Amino acid sequence: MTRVLDVRDLRISFPTSDGSRFHPVDGVSFTLDRGETLALVGESGCGKSLTSLALLRLVPPPGRIDPGSGIRLGETDVLALEGEPLRQIRGRRLGMIFQDPMTSLNPVFTAGDQIAEAVRAHLRVSKAEARERARALLQEVGIPDPAARLDAYPHQLSGGMRQRIMIAIALAAEPEILVADEPTTALDVTVQAQILEVLDELRRRRGMAVLLITHDLGIVAGRADRVAVMYAGQIVEEATTAELFARPSHPYTLGLFASVPRITGPVQRLTPIRGTVPPPTAWPDGCRFRPRCPQAFAKCEQPPGPLPVGPDHRMRCWLAEGKGA
Amino acid sequence: MAEDGALRAAWRTPRGRAGLGFLTFLCLLALLGPRLLPDPFRQFGIVELQSARPSAEHPFGTDQLSRDVLSRVVTGARVSLAVAAIAVALSATLGAAVGLVAGYLGGAVDAVLMRLVDGALAVPRLFLLMLVLAVPTRVPLLALILLIGATGWFGTSRMIRAEVLRLREETYVRAAEALGASRRRIIFRHLLVNTTGPLLVAATLGVGDVILLEAGLSFLGLGVQPPTPSWGGMIFDARPVLESAPWVGIFPGVMITLTVLATNLVGDALRDALDPRGA
Repeated sequence: MTRVLDVRDLRISFPTSDGSRFHPVDGVSFTLDRGETLALVGESGCGKSLTSLALLRLVPPPGRIDPGSGIRLGETDVLALEGEPLRQIRGRRLGMIFQDPMTSLNPVFTAGDQIAEAVRAHLRVSKAEARERARALLQEVGIPDPAARLDAYPHQLSGGMRQRIMIAIALAAEPEILVADEPTTALDVTVQAQILEVLDELRRRRGMAVLLITHDLGIVAGRADRVAVMYAGQIVEEATTAELFARPSHPYTLGLFASVPRITGPVQRLTPIRGTVPPPTAWPDGCRFRPRCPQAFAKCEQPPGPLPVGPDHRMRCWLAEGKGA
Repeated sequence: MAEDGALRAAWRTPRGRAGLGFLTFLCLLALLGPRLLPDPFRQFGIVELQSARPSAEHPFGTDQLSRDVLSRVVTGARVSLAVAAIAVALSATLGAAVGLVAGYLGGAVDAVLMRLVDGALAVPRLFLLMLVLAVPTRVPLLALILLIGATGWFGTSRMIRAEVLRLREETYVRAAEALGASRRRIIFRHLLVNTTGPLLVAATLGVGDVILLEAGLSFLGLGVQPPTPSWGGMIFDARPVLESAPWVGIFPGVMITLTVLATNLVGDALRDALDPRGA
């Protein structure tokens, strides 16, 4: 397998008013191989979107990626790039889809204009050819009558249609990685399934790697090869999808599963995770889930590193000791 | 919202229609009027027609040099409108460019540009212009236009900057960045077109300002130089005869008032049409 993305110990920090810095993303590592789908799962504020923005160096100022972090796109060291070379990897090596298709398209340009713009940002083609490519892309993402849709303005299109156009834009320069940040959150359930199907098919046909960022475990189940669960700026558990669903091990992951309603089995009260996610300025020492963890014990005052739970399965929890390998 | 839509919406309101109607009429008058009317420089009779009352031949009367006031008012419209249009286009361009760059780049660039604008805004525009215009004995019309334009963009740049600060948080700007669009492209494509609404309003209101300013400068003898007729200059020339022949000064004054009123009506109507909070 070709490794297309390698993120090592990513730390993102923002300054506070008293001069210190806090870390909404604190030591995140993961890899992505060609043709693979990795799901990054977590609640709002866990740092998953910030992580995805960091991949293209789009962390909004005054935030910054701390020294010691590593992001490699294939052979390219993303953190060493500046200026024009940095612009050239954006969209070309890694395409990105955002959560809300209602606001991700510029309201004053037609769909065709915006796709063609993305094509011409990276490929030296004529305007006519860019338009033809835009039409082909619309077809590829399953938009009926693509030639007519090229001249439609965003407000004339439905949410699902707009998200397909966003996908077409992200694919315009034929990137090897597609990052989809909550691509279906703003859409109807039926449209959600269609969009996920489009993404999956594109991955298969183009051999792309997909980083799927979501808070919805249901989306993960059928689509991802591997899952990384994020909590408070760290990946707390990572495993293949089958393994994670068969043997969720981190107390936070267990809590997530317990809070999802099940169709089969007796109807029972959902068990929420007690407490709320602390803000990144007030993360506890030691294990960050400790204050909310039903199984916390003395050792949890030490921060746990990623420990093996089984083959292809690691978690940041002291409970892994004894379970592992 | 598309700008032609805004113009149409402005046309639907009574004041927008009044303002647009008058300005259209004025433009037609300025374009065609001088062909139909007597030569504005011609002296019809230095003795018998000096400061003559309005009559069938000279509906607005004649001035103390026996020139037809109506001709001069219409030719003055030409001058005033040309000055206003070119100066405002220049101000809007400069203001938009500075506001877009400052707002999007932020940081030190923004700080430096906006402090310079703060400084420029602290000096009254008329004073600034008088300072420059009083030095040479004759100022060519084009230089006057450029000077007025170059001193009129400070407020516009602040407004555009504020608009850009809002727009740059929009997801489509972030999405364009993530696609690898260059800064120049984001600024002059994605941001500029989304600020055209407020820019249009500012420019429209700016036309009224510039007409008043040019009239003021000409009245002070620093603007459009005689014998080229301009409304402000005509009022200045009318001072000695204002009691005996008020029509020499009143008609250009009325034109200034109506034109400024019309541009303000259009500006307000456009502002309402483009304001998402209204209607």
